[in-house]
Amino acid sequence: MQKDTPIRVMLAKVGLDGHDRGVKVVARALRDAGMDVIYTGLHRTAEEVAMAAVQEDVDVLGISLLSGAHMTIFPKILRTIEDQDSKGIIILGGGVMPDEDVAELKEMGVQEILLQDTPPQEIVSTIRELVAARGPR
Amino acid sequence: MNDVSAPRDRLAEIAHSLEDWESNELAAFVARQPERKEDFRTFGGFPLKRVYTPLDTADIPPEDIGLPGRYPFTRGPYPTMYRGRFWTMRQIAGFGTAEDTNQRFKYLISQGQTGLSTDFDMPTLMGYDSDHPMSEGEVGREGVAIDTLADMEALFEGIDLENISVSMTINPSAWILLAMYVALAEKRGLDLNRLSGTIQADILKEYMAQKEWIFPIEPSVRIVRDCITYCARNMKRYNPINISGYHISEAGSSPLQEVAFTLANAITYVEEVTKTGMDVDEFAPRLAFFFVCQTDFFEEIAKFRAARRVYAKIMRERFGAKDPASMRLRFHCQTAAATLTKPQYKVNIVRTGFQALAAVLGGAQSLHTNGMDEAFAIPTEEAMKLALRTQQVVAHETRVPDVIDPVGGSYFLESLTSQYEMAIFDILDEVDRRGGTIKLINEGWFQRHIADFAYELAIKKQDGDHPVVGVNCYVEEAEEPDIEIHPYDPTTADRQIARLNEVRASRDEATVQNLLEKLKAVARNEDENIVPVTIELVRAGASMGDIVEALRTVWGTYRETPVF
Repeated sequence: MQKDTPIRVMLAKVGLDGHDRGVKVVARALRDAGMDVIYTGLHRTAEEVAMAAVQEDVDVLGISLLSGAHMTIFPKILRTIEDQDSKGIIILGGGVMPDEDVAELKEMGVQEILLQDTPPQEIVSTIRELVAARGPR
Repeated sequence: MNDVSAPRDRLAEIAHSLEDWESNELAAFVARQPERKEDFRTFGGFPLKRVYTPLDTADIPPEDIGLPGRYPFTRGPYPTMYRGRFWTMRQIAGFGTAEDTNQRFKYLISQGQTGLSTDFDMPTLMGYDSDHPMSEGEVGREGVAIDTLADMEALFEGIDLENISVSMTINPSAWILLAMYVALAEKRGLDLNRLSGTIQADILKEYMAQKEWIFPIEPSVRIVRDCITYCARNMKRYNPINISGYHISEAGSSPLQEVAFTLANAITYVEEVTKTGMDVDEFAPRLAFFFVCQTDFFEEIAKFRAARRVYAKIMRERFGAKDPASMRLRFHCQTAAATLTKPQYKVNIVRTGFQALAAVLGGAQSLHTNGMDEAFAIPTEEAMKLALRTQQVVAHETRVPDVIDPVGGSYFLESLTSQYEMAIFDILDEVDRRGGTIKLINEGWFQRHIADFAYELAIKKQDGDHPVVGVNCYVEEAEEPDIEIHPYDPTTADRQIARLNEVRASRDEATVQNLLEKLKAVARNEDENIVPVTIELVRAGASMGDIVEALRTVWGTYRETPVF
């Protein structure tokens, strides 16, 4: 990846969950850090979001969930992206999730989960590190 | 003696004495030991003085402070307040199927709770049946699942609805729940005029903050209008709406924005109902409010007092209300869930205790105190009991409720209350100037203000300018929480869908289809009220999804253009 190409991030809300305070804070923090940010808005389906991430060719897809439906939604997203053979997309989660679910989601292939009260700066640096570790696509 | 200038002379003396103190005691002390910071402000950004004196309240008309139960109600909506009876202790509950929540209700009543409050799951809140594809993974998770009248019957089984008030936290689909509640009461032979409680039904704040919607704004506001007029005519003790700042605050607003935006919404509803020709005094006494109680102790008390004063003035001066009951703002209060932390979660009990005390000093009519575990999941029975006990300590042990508005008259509090009043009116004027609430929602104006304050706060937390114990100060490393979390029962969706299918199989399909056609005709005619036909529908076994999908064909669906 060229050094001056901005990191492309899609942030998404999936299902009926309307808690969008956190995702909007993250969107602004990433944009202020110079990343290209696409926010899907509310009430998308898992398939819609996964397909959009592939089409937009993003580096990172961040899913915000505070509804408790994460164990239903993440597997669908991971499956759809895998079917598209787009393994370079880094999948992140954020919101409110119990610790044991976080461990399980990471095993499934969600690379990092940043829960409530994670400082915006830490989210920025986590994304930079993960993209750097993945290397150019 | 008795010279009219005497109070002014007295103020001059105080001003002189203040200056003298500043240049002597204060100056010498600060020279030795500077204060903690240069600039002190409330959480919401109001500048704070070092100390307040009679100079700060000299310009406040004494009648604006007034007396409890009298216009403008700054000191409380009723003349005896908690000396008459305590606020209603109303812990919200809802999870799983109706039977699961019914058990929690009975537990809370057995622990001394005096009102019920119901949380619904996301599909119910958004008008989807439990077997809709969008409902997958969400049935009975964040609240109780309700599809048909059969669920409503199970939810309130064994509970005497004429003797306990029932609040339902539901918005775009609220009128369907109201219809089910009425159908249930009629089935039990109850007198509708003896039912007390509320549906939240505040759709405007959904577009601003909570983001639960179905239809576009205009038909949604018409549904709210219909609930208000239906209840005014048929349910004299029922609050058809709970105009809510809570979610505006939780979505990230400042306390000032919370109250000002809520009152902007209230103005819109009053305008919509009076357009039907109904007199303001016929429905306004049943309008109720819902605010958060945040962490800035005095700011919150001032916020509640100013909200009452501003509302009274709006109702009398702008809408020409004549009945004092129309000018009297009554509110439910909930402590602030967004202030709860996952690290060192037991500290949440302390936070909630202080917030509860501020709510009581601010004159709340009913109160929900949050469970210590709500940063993890929905609360356990044990967490809810402790939260209820917190209220019981405030009520029975602190003796705070024995005097009405006991902090009223404080130079600081009265000054802040008046500053809040002015700032609220400034925002309301701006909303009017910019073309009104609905136009500004469409433009994302409120949403942008809320997102701005939320972002500022996130940065302040990150930088330590907004301290949160256990999160950005007094942090403990690698904590293993010894917490029991409310479990989600994976059989919930199957049990729920089974009952929905039973209802569908046993109802008269032709009747339901005819009524759905009638519903669409009512929806197309602005002058009709949508509640009566909805009552017929739920009685005939129509599900929430049947009703909502029929109306989508008439009104379409709302889609937000997000701002961040």
